[in-house]
Amino acid sequence: MSAPTAFLLQLALALVLAPLLPGIINRVKAMVAGRHGKPLLQTYYDLARLLGKGEVISRTTTWTFAAAPGVSLAAALCALALLPLGGVPSPLAFGGDFLLAAYLLGMGRFAVMLAALDTGSSFEGMGASREAAFSALGEPALFLAFLTLTSLSLDLGRGVADAGLDVRAAFSLSALFNGDMAAFWQAGRPELLLAPAVFFALLLAENCRIPVDDPTTHLELTMIHEVMVLDHSGPNLAMIVYGAALKLWFFAALVAGLLVPPLPLWEHAALSVLAVLGIGVAVGVVESAMARLRLTRVPHFLGVAAALAALALILTQAR
Amino acid sequence: MDCYLAGLCVFLAGAVCLGLLAVAASFTPPRPRRSRRVNALGAGCAALGCALGLGGAAGALLDGGDAALRLPWGLPVGAFALKLDALSAFFLLPVFGLGLVCALSGGMALRGVRPAEHNLAAHWFFFLLLLLGMAGVVCARDAILFLLAWEIMSLAPFFLIDFNDGDSKVRDASWVYLVAAHLGAVFLLAFFILLWQVTGSTALTIEGCAPLTDAGAGTLSALFLLAVAGFGAKAGVAPLHVWLPEAHPAAPSHVSALLSGSMINAGLYGLLRSLALLGGTPSAGVLGALPEWWGWFLLLLGLATALLGILKALGQGNLKRLLAYSSVENMGLMFMGVGAGLLGVAAGDAWTALLGFSGALLHMLNHAGFKGLLFLCAGEVLHAAGTVRMELLGGLQRRLPLVGAAFALGAAAIACLPPLSGFASEFVLAMSLLDGASFPGVERQLCLLFTLAGLALVSGLAAAVYVRAYGATFLGEPRTGFAANAHATGWRGLWPLALPAAACVAGGLFAPYFFDLAAGTALTAIPFPHGLVTDLPDVDAQMRRSLAMVSMVGGGGVVLAFCLFAARGLLLRRRGVLREKTWGCGYQASSARVQYTDASFSEPLARLFAPFMGLRTRGGAPEGIFPDRAAFSVAAPDRLRTHFFAPLFELVERVCNACKILQHGKIHLYILYILATVVGLLVWGLRP
Repeated sequence: MSAPTAFLLQLALALVLAPLLPGIINRVKAMVAGRHGKPLLQTYYDLARLLGKGEVISRTTTWTFAAAPGVSLAAALCALALLPLGGVPSPLAFGGDFLLAAYLLGMGRFAVMLAALDTGSSFEGMGASREAAFSALGEPALFLAFLTLTSLSLDLGRGVADAGLDVRAAFSLSALFNGDMAAFWQAGRPELLLAPAVFFALLLAENCRIPVDDPTTHLELTMIHEVMVLDHSGPNLAMIVYGAALKLWFFAALVAGLLVPPLPLWEHAALSVLAVLGIGVAVGVVESAMARLRLTRVPHFLGVAAALAALALILTQAR
Repeated sequence: MDCYLAGLCVFLAGAVCLGLLAVAASFTPPRPRRSRRVNALGAGCAALGCALGLGGAAGALLDGGDAALRLPWGLPVGAFALKLDALSAFFLLPVFGLGLVCALSGGMALRGVRPAEHNLAAHWFFFLLLLLGMAGVVCARDAILFLLAWEIMSLAPFFLIDFNDGDSKVRDASWVYLVAAHLGAVFLLAFFILLWQVTGSTALTIEGCAPLTDAGAGTLSALFLLAVAGFGAKAGVAPLHVWLPEAHPAAPSHVSALLSGSMINAGLYGLLRSLALLGGTPSAGVLGALPEWWGWFLLLLGLATALLGILKALGQGNLKRLLAYSSVENMGLMFMGVGAGLLGVAAGDAWTALLGFSGALLHMLNHAGFKGLLFLCAGEVLHAAGTVRMELLGGLQRRLPLVGAAFALGAAAIACLPPLSGFASEFVLAMSLLDGASFPGVERQLCLLFTLAGLALVSGLAAAVYVRAYGATFLGEPRTGFAANAHATGWRGLWPLALPAAACVAGGLFAPYFFDLAAGTALTAIPFPHGLVTDLPDVDAQMRRSLAMVSMVGGGGVVLAFCLFAARGLLLRRRGVLREKTWGCGYQASSARVQYTDASFSEPLARLFAPFMGLRTRGGAPEGIFPDRAAFSVAAPDRLRTHFFAPLFELVERVCNACKILQHGKIHLYILYILATVVGLLVWGLRP
């Protein structure tokens, strides 16, 4: 099977399985709490139901509100298309595509924040304000974690040997997350394990999970992401929900890409999907074990993530 | 070159006509019809000259050939030497391109001005002089001519900013501008005098500066620092940025757009040109062994400026002041690029060197597009609503849909979001820093990589700033009558905005072509060492491939977003959309006043960065069970201005006042001074 076909199959798998992740997280939380919990496939049911409904939108809103969910979903889809899943490089891979992926997610956030402000609701403004602040603070941590990987891969001179690839193909997601990094930390570079830890912390922050945000709270005053999308309904809400699932999958795949060692094609893919779903379980466990941080403490959480990433970078460079 | 010179001639002819008309207008009673004609003449001359010049600059860039002109010059020193090479032509693009847009837009904005209040002939006279000065600065190849053009370029905005001179704040702002411009010029004067002393000629060519190779390291470093101070003051690099946030809000919007999008670029141009002169030797034509600390200095100065600019922008409640601080941030990014380029040259890293310089050039071009667009939109807001204070606005997207859409586009572009132009140039800058990992020495690697993390923080904050700017001004419900009663401008008054808007989109979707222009300019203008030259085409080709993929994925994303939007429309076709009140979480009697304002939006970040943002808060939360009326306001005045420059100038004033003892108007005492001086000189001359 040619590489692009394999990649397309894996991308389709990711698109189909992504809504499973929130289901797994909820199920794990319910089990830890001793409840039975929602069905695993609840997000699929929600999406189907929402797509079948009409919309109720605010009189205050303009086209910004109507277009934002589509923009944010398109951005998440493009970002996911740049990320390799089972060790197969993306056909879109190029040097520096991690920057594009990071900024595409930023574009999605930008659109959703504007839609929130478009309703004129103080609650949604509150959510947008927090999202803007925390995503700005998360950005350096994300970059530092990526830089750890790019500078290591540049050190090793990978890509130079591969004919047909650029020298700086080392800067592409497909080169960084194809399983080689897992081989390195197993071969005695444990400092590389800090990178998946940072990505996991960012997963919690960017996807508004506990300890940064509580997606199941009943109090709008304390929410971030959920309060921004209060006014969306019908197909637009479906796009937001699906986009959020894709973003969760994106970050989980970043962590999985660093943990799964290089294997033959389909074994690698299967193990990666299992790892991604396992990360869903881990998020559920974290959510059950921790309380939400006070909003003023969230910058500390992001600061620790950035400090860990900086430490990883210093340790890799000092070798 | 011919087109360029024709453009200059149009400016000159127009300036002469308008100068005479301005003098005539001040002696005759004002007449509305004549004022409208003068307005059309001024805008027309400016637009025609810019269009001609734009053709000339684009032709010179595409041909790649240099053209020079020398005319007889009546002064004992210097020469009238103009040359249009790639670097000059590249910097002429924003001058003429944005000049054209601002002239058209300004012509429409000033149509209804009352002739009794404003002398439009004088306004357009100085507008043409500003264009002439900017066009002269980037092409002058002689120090005296350069300084002359620089002075014209620096002096004309004083009169342009002072357009609404009935307002004391505007008068203050134009004075601040004038002082800052002249302090910068003092450094430049010192720079050129020192350069003249070392080289013995006023020619600003690599051949003319050949003797610099024998100059000591101390002289070169002094020249470098003088250039950074002089050109940095024009570019608005911290801490010399204080004039920008004063001048831009005070000026009419078509002037602020031109100042912010084109004039401050002259600082970057001067820096690049002087680096090429200081580092170039005629035999090899290379950036010789320039000290590495120059690169570090510019890189860290740029990062500090960018962070300071964006944090100050986050605290501003005035839309135009916010845009001015954002210009400071963008200039910081460009200086970072130049610093990275110098470091790449010093370390022999072709990747960092080429991408640093071309990233700075590309960002300069893109910045002219989106900042011009944003300032002109802010002008439309001011025109329609009567204020640009964001806490008084809101809901303008419904009232001014076209302006809102244009502002949203500019905001997304300047927040570096793909697929627009800002992302393309920030991508090039980030890629240049990314190769820091292959520099020699761990400390260098880490420094460059941490700078890249700083760049990420800056762009994250920029997104927050522009969500806030667009959201508070255009979205939600109108907060006061200013916004509620805003009257719409038809497309007839807005069509000039299509050019910068198209530049924002094209700069992203056709990024490889624009990168080609910038990289080609950097390759010809910056004398790279021979060791690097062989690697440069390879770097260029790789980056172009990456940018082509960026454009492709970005374009695909746009198409995908449209498809999703259309799919939603199809799904909703039969079901219909209900319009209801915004969900108030059960509370029914909500009002526009409970919306999040600009200040409340930035509160979480302000809490964190308060020491850097210099916030001043007044009032506080209501207290007690039955609280009184409470008021809370927050402002972000420039601490550097109030706590550093103001005391400094007061000190200067005190010293000058103390020296006034010498000056009292009695002529016999003055004769005594002369006698004393002559005697003193005699004694000094008779020394053994």
